[in-house]
Order: sequence, then structure tokens, then C-alpha cells
Amino acid sequence: MEVLKPVPEEKTKKEAKLKKVMIIVSKATLENVYASFILANGARMEGIESELFFTFFGLEAITKSKLEHLHVATVGNPAMHIPTMLGGLPGMEAFATTMMKKEMEKLDIPPVDEFLEILSASGVKMWACKLAMDMFHLEKKDLIDDLEGVLTVGDFYNRAHGEGTHLMFI
Amino acid sequence: MAETAIRVSEEGYLEDFTQWSPEVGAEIAAEEGITMTDEHWKVIDYIQDQYKNEVPLTIRKVGKSGVIDIKEFYALFPGGPLKKASRISGIPKPVSCI
Repeated sequence: MEVLKPVPEEKTKKEAKLKKVMIIVSKATLENVYASFILANGARMEGIESELFFTFFGLEAITKSKLEHLHVATVGNPAMHIPTMLGGLPGMEAFATTMMKKEMEKLDIPPVDEFLEILSASGVKMWACKLAMDMFHLEKKDLIDDLEGVLTVGDFYNRAHGEGTHLMFI
Repeated sequence: MAETAIRVSEEGYLEDFTQWSPEVGAEIAAEEGITMTDEHWKVIDYIQDQYKNEVPLTIRKVGKSGVIDIKEFYALFPGGPLKKASRISGIPKPVSCI
């Protein structure tokens, strides 16, 4: 069988391929958590290794009692196109969150708990930051069972070895 | 096998699904380093069904299909399961981000 393939343009530079992404999740607003999850999952879909490091408020996204109640930030976000004063009214966050969740379901984007299961099944390694855990008085039992472990920042950097590894802060 | 010319895109996806046959699928799989088994073919059947019904594919949908779970999907088609399985299925490259 002959395969007719268009001839690709000649490459002058040697390609440096992305092999591993390490994403630091520092906030637990719904939009930031989804951005991190989609990036981590998208990497796996391309055959790229990916890891998530949850620190500071980002820990809420893997805290069992909190992860189903994450909200969209309605204050201090000009792209919401509502006056900041209005965004601060009671119920606004809940309203914006419900609206966003509806839109995401239409696009087949899973809720946070299911997304975490997908990430784990896809081979994304998830880590919690030790210092932030101490600060928020969290124990390992408070966090999701799929967690790979608890790391210091140094441990995390030590995992970032190897050519083609990129770090992202969200 | 008779020599047939198969048209593919620059990324190796079939341009005309009518040119697909299980032999073509197996050959593309071999290019990806995958030896097809009954388990693989079950997934390919499912993907082709979804394509024929114009359902856009996502990892989540495959995981909920009842055919295979996500872990097994990654194990059967290592290094980008949705893309590789789509290529073997003879359908266009998936456009989904999830």
C-alpha cells in the first residue's frame, strides 16, 4: 500500500519538543482550576507527561470538602463586564458560577470531582504543597485519594529535570 | 495486499473515510507502534459509530462509553489515545481540547 502524504516544508531548526509540563495551581477560582485541568489533560492527550502542584488557595481544588463548591470570581475581573460593586453583591458569585457550569456542561467539560478522576486515570500526577498544607492546617486525609503525595517546593523542582520540561504558574 | 494509494493529511489522517478498511487501520496502527487486538477493534468500532452519528469525541465520552475506561484507553493507545485511535479509525483529527 502506498501512502500519499503532502511533502512537509523543510525544517531549518531542530525542533525542541515539549515532553513534560508541570503546572502550579495557586488559586481555586473555578476559571483558574479549569484552566490548569484542561492544560494538564490536554498535555496527556498529546502524549506529553503532566503534573499538577497545588499550593496556597489552589489546595481547595483537591480538598474533599471544598472541591465541589468552587466559584467564579466576580470581583476584580474586568472581563466579567459587570461593575465591581455589583459583582460583590450576595449571590452574584453563585449566579455566575451556575451560568458558567451550564456552559461547560454543554461543551462536555466535566465537573471538578469527575475531572480529577479523569486526570488521575490519564496519568496526571497530582501533588500538594507541604508548606501550604501546614498553613491551612490540612492533613493528607482531607485531600483527594488520587493524590500522589505531598512535596516541598524543592522536591517539586527536582521533578522538573529533563529536556523539554516546562513549568507554568496559574 | 493489492497496492492501493491512500490519501492522508499532513498529520497522517485519512482524507477519505471510504478508503478505510481494517487492513488500512492495522497498517496505520503498526506505524504508531500498536499491534491491534480485539480490545483495540472494539474501541475503533465505537469511535467510527460516533463519527457516523456526528458526535464529537472527547476522552470523557470514551470513558463513559461502556466499551473501555480512560485508564485502559491510555494503555491501549499510549501517547495520545484519542488522536491515535482516530487516525486508526480513518476519521479526521479530533478537534476537542478535552
